[in-house]
Amino acid sequence: MSLLDVKNLRVTFDTETGPVQAVRGVSFSLGRERLGIVGESGSGKTMTGRAVLRLIRPPGRIEAEAMTFDGQDLMKASEREMRALRGKRIGMIMQDPKFSLNPVMTVGRQLTEGLRLRDGLGRADATAKALAALEAVQIRDPERVMGAYPHELSGGMGQRVMIAMMLIPEPDLLIADEPTSALDVTVQAEVLSILDNLVRDRNMSLIFISHDLRLVARFCDRVLVMYKGRIVEEVAAGKLLDAQHPYTRGLLNCLPRIGGPREPLPGLDRTGAWAE
Amino acid sequence: MRGGPVPHMSDTSVPTPDNRFLRLAQQIGVGLLTLSITLLGLLLVTFIIGRVVPIDPVLSIVGERATEAQMQAVRDKLGLDLPMWQQFWIYLRDAVQGDLGTSIRTGESISSEVARYFPATLELATLGTIFGTLVGVPAGVLAATRPGSIADQIVRVVGLMGYSMPVFWLGLIGLLVFYGQLDWVAGPGRLDPTYDMMMEFTLTSYTGMILIDSALNGAWDVFANAISHIVLPAGLLGYVSMAYISRMTRSFMMNELGQEYITTARVKGMPEWRVIWVHAMKNVLVPLITVIALSYAYLLEGSVLTETIFAWPGLGSYITDALFASDMPAVLGGTVVVGVAFVTLNMASDILYRLVDPRART
Amino acid sequence: MTALRAWLADPNPTSRRQAKLGQMWLAWLRIRRNRLAMAGLFIVGLLVLVAVLAPWIAPHDPFVQNLGNRLKPPGTAGYWLGTDDFGRDILSRIIHGARITLYIIALVAVTAPVLGLLVGTVAGYFGGWIDAVLMRLTDIFLAFPRLILALALVAVLGPGIENAVLAIALTAWPPYARVARAETLTVRNSDYIAAIRLQGASAPRIIAGHVVPMCLPSVIIRVTLDMAGVILIAAGLGFLGLGVQPPLPEWGLMISSGRKFLFEQWWVATMPGLAIFLVSLGFNLLGDGLRDVLDPRSASR
Repeated sequence: MSLLDVKNLRVTFDTETGPVQAVRGVSFSLGRERLGIVGESGSGKTMTGRAVLRLIRPPGRIEAEAMTFDGQDLMKASEREMRALRGKRIGMIMQDPKFSLNPVMTVGRQLTEGLRLRDGLGRADATAKALAALEAVQIRDPERVMGAYPHELSGGMGQRVMIAMMLIPEPDLLIADEPTSALDVTVQAEVLSILDNLVRDRNMSLIFISHDLRLVARFCDRVLVMYKGRIVEEVAAGKLLDAQHPYTRGLLNCLPRIGGPREPLPGLDRTGAWAE
Repeated sequence: MRGGPVPHMSDTSVPTPDNRFLRLAQQIGVGLLTLSITLLGLLLVTFIIGRVVPIDPVLSIVGERATEAQMQAVRDKLGLDLPMWQQFWIYLRDAVQGDLGTSIRTGESISSEVARYFPATLELATLGTIFGTLVGVPAGVLAATRPGSIADQIVRVVGLMGYSMPVFWLGLIGLLVFYGQLDWVAGPGRLDPTYDMMMEFTLTSYTGMILIDSALNGAWDVFANAISHIVLPAGLLGYVSMAYISRMTRSFMMNELGQEYITTARVKGMPEWRVIWVHAMKNVLVPLITVIALSYAYLLEGSVLTETIFAWPGLGSYITDALFASDMPAVLGGTVVVGVAFVTLNMASDILYRLVDPRART
Repeated sequence: MTALRAWLADPNPTSRRQAKLGQMWLAWLRIRRNRLAMAGLFIVGLLVLVAVLAPWIAPHDPFVQNLGNRLKPPGTAGYWLGTDDFGRDILSRIIHGARITLYIIALVAVTAPVLGLLVGTVAGYFGGWIDAVLMRLTDIFLAFPRLILALALVAVLGPGIENAVLAIALTAWPPYARVARAETLTVRNSDYIAAIRLQGASAPRIIAGHVVPMCLPSVIIRVTLDMAGVILIAAGLGFLGLGVQPPLPEWGLMISSGRKFLFEQWWVATMPGLAIFLVSLGFNLLGDGLRDVLDPRSASR
């Protein structure tokens, strides 16, 4: 039984110079598993994530043959129904907490906002839940963080706050859009570990969008490789390194390996038919 | 990456409330220092204009009809035989104590005259800025949230017209149309003569602002009359204000709406009005406060051009009357006051900015 | 003609001149697409044209008085915009007034940016305490009220067009200093500047020859935008009698003299104001368009 079903998703932007297709016919299903979406910049992976939440505004438009979440038709849902889904049942973590957190609101307010407005909790209950969430992401002094502003936090802490914020309402599906790309390498591992535990403990489905092949291979169960708005390969994570598609092979060949040969890294050969 | 214990990360030191307060106090201190230096610069400039530029400063201070004795008295008082920097020091000292010299026309102390006329200008500028903000901010938000739409175009065009117009011309046209032709508003002046006399003789004056004073006195007929007089000039000044404010609001709002935290707010399922008016607006307000303060300052400065048209007895009228009577000390005294108000508003908005923006506090 | 176009659009220019002209050509194409900016350019061009051709296109002499013809309304035969209280044709006076306006704008457009460029490039290039002092100075001047200080200065100097221009220019230079400094900072550490310095070029030569040209596009945008404000300030000074003296047909002065007849003969005060409005609008539109094209980072401000 799939939680999310997407058939032939298309995202088009009507620009002054003509329509630009960011996503060109993407189809996949997602159950209680972790799906990775990999691709270079401009491959449409971020847009796919945003499209699921119907967050794309004009001049962009979303079209799909079908897009259902737990039986609910996302394409036909009204904005009100989508708002009820967002946050509560589907959450999204974004790349850089410097930009994805509101700089003029305290962390506490941003954490409790959803609970108080969307779910109607009182201040005390909401604060308690927020504190619990901050503890769940391994923040040691949750009271102080509650009163802090986003710019006063380090990147790692900010991202943990982001995770906490999205996990408070206990959604069924979490979309993580490059959650560690803006972090230092040392911090990346720790944030990922937290994410890993939380997703497993709460039995959530996860869509993990990244440009980092190796990371996705380790973190997810299945991987979709996207190029120029299309899925070029779908493969189980364990088998990623044996992938056959020329683009995926090309990506894999670009990865430097410690102890590997010292010749210049190969570039991508985009001459195949799949590169259209 | 499955399981395994998580080592605790070193949390960055989150500033304590005491830290923040200290830093804030520091920033305000720096702001005040900058303000003082700028005011000093302003007084230096007005000093130069008043003493250094004229060929004979004494003449410009006492006027052509003064006697030799009067001229000598002025020379002594100003220390015109002293070196320039000492003269400036005397000027500075006098100005800080509130002594701006004596008017040639009336012989009264300029500062007392300015104090009498200033509230009228304040009243008008305040009302104009209030109108400008109340209309301009929602207009700017409307334009920003519907880019390219008819509403957007209208707001932009109306705004563009507003700050391409000479404000004194707009005033004349407003008088012509709304008073002369349509008779919707009262004419020049703050009050009709009868109410003016009432105000002067029977009612107590608290602030010098007729609207407030008449309300405090409970004299609602005076209040109504005052409103009918102020509505046209305040409305027109409000239009000019609104042009600038709506344009900046639109620009700021469009900038904020493109930020990632807006997406986060939407992802949380927040209704769109909240995303715009709480999340985005809070960020827009930070630079917007500066814009509004600046707009207010421009209205104060522009009073020189607008008050004569409406026979509004404010500081602007005072300066223009002094100008036509070649009363240089009065002109310069008025200039100093307007300049100080302008600079203070400018700098105050800077300080306000730091108070409102949490990022600036660290 | 098409050969020229092809040469300008060539993606591989062979000379520096070709590259530069090609850039300008592309910028021109982009501006052309912006209709409002084109309208602004049209108005500004019209101003220049009218000012230059004034003696030939004005239907009447702007100074000759004709008291039998006073205060005729617009639409009277031969006096399209009506006549003022001395019987002078308002349209002709407005046309000749364009010359005065152009004169003022041109003078300010040359003096204020030059002063600002000097301060800004020196501050940006030398850095350190020179930068700190000059920028403090600029910031202080930026906080001053332009109109009223110009008013005070002209009041003391005595009315007259040169005094007005001087007063306006002296209060208008700070924004240019800011802009110039910002540009200088981005250029200061580039390799080609270092190369020239190694060849032994002196600071003035580097600043004048290499830094200033880099600042020019931003300064030009600022000038265009500023001109709208300058026109309004100049009109304001004229309105107060501080600019040119009668009987010269300066637009602000004309409004002031038309005030007495506002309610009955409204055209005397209204028409010159329309001219001021139009020209100011034109500069605003042009400046906005230029900024969108040449400096998209600060677009839609």
